[in-house]
Amino acid sequence: MGLQAYLTLAAIVFCLGLFGTVTRRNTVGILLGIELMLNAVNINFVAFSRFRGIETGMVFTLFAICITVAEVALGLAIVILLFRTRRSAMADHIDWLKG
Amino acid sequence: MTLGIVAFWAFAVILVGAGLAVVIGKNLFHSVLWLALALIATAGIFLTLDAEFIAAVQVLLYAGGVVTVVVFAIVVTERLVGERLSHTSRHIVAGAVVSGGLLALLVRALSQAHLDMARPALSGDLTRQIGTSLLTQFALPFELLAVLLVVGLLGASYFARPEE
Repeated sequence: MGLQAYLTLAAIVFCLGLFGTVTRRNTVGILLGIELMLNAVNINFVAFSRFRGIETGMVFTLFAICITVAEVALGLAIVILLFRTRRSAMADHIDWLKG
Repeated sequence: MTLGIVAFWAFAVILVGAGLAVVIGKNLFHSVLWLALALIATAGIFLTLDAEFIAAVQVLLYAGGVVTVVVFAIVVTERLVGERLSHTSRHIVAGAVVSGGLLALLVRALSQAHLDMARPALSGDLTRQIGTSLLTQFALPFELLAVLLVVGLLGASYFARPEE
């Protein structure tokens, strides 16, 4: 398959993730959408790396995957903390900064 | 080559279908399981790009680690609240317009770009090349990544500590 097919697939997955991130009420659901978007970016990195014949993109993908794991762990810790204090994981209920 | 094309289309269909199920499903737990399927299909896409090592890392860290952590979080929060988490969507039309518009823009740009470059032949073992550049050219970012992981895990366990 050509590079175009991979990039189009990644674009579709990215837009699915964007849709989930924008429309979900639950913070865990929003995190899942962000995961899909990061995944699409990784597909782009690996595809460009393979088609250019340079392995740097794959090294960057490894970094991106590791950072995503740290991000998910922190995000879910924040979700658990929100549950303790607010008894809710809805993004609309997290409005303390409204003043 | 035909096997590669069949594999790409199979993994692409699984990936898009599972991604759709993640964002429109009604059950949060099912969404997480669909996400695991999508991540494994992405590992398959990596395999069609000859990136076996990235595919293995994807399955181990992403599909293994992330999905387990999310399932744990759902179980813990459902126990804290004592009821099923609602997992509904809002602003569906606006979200569909935004993401559909972005998709149309991206596909149009991709169709006009000159991307018909041929896939170069593999010059040796790709995993070996990744490992070499990880420990020579990218040694400092690699060590910083270890620091970031420690800080992230310490911060996560501090946030989620039991109440005094």
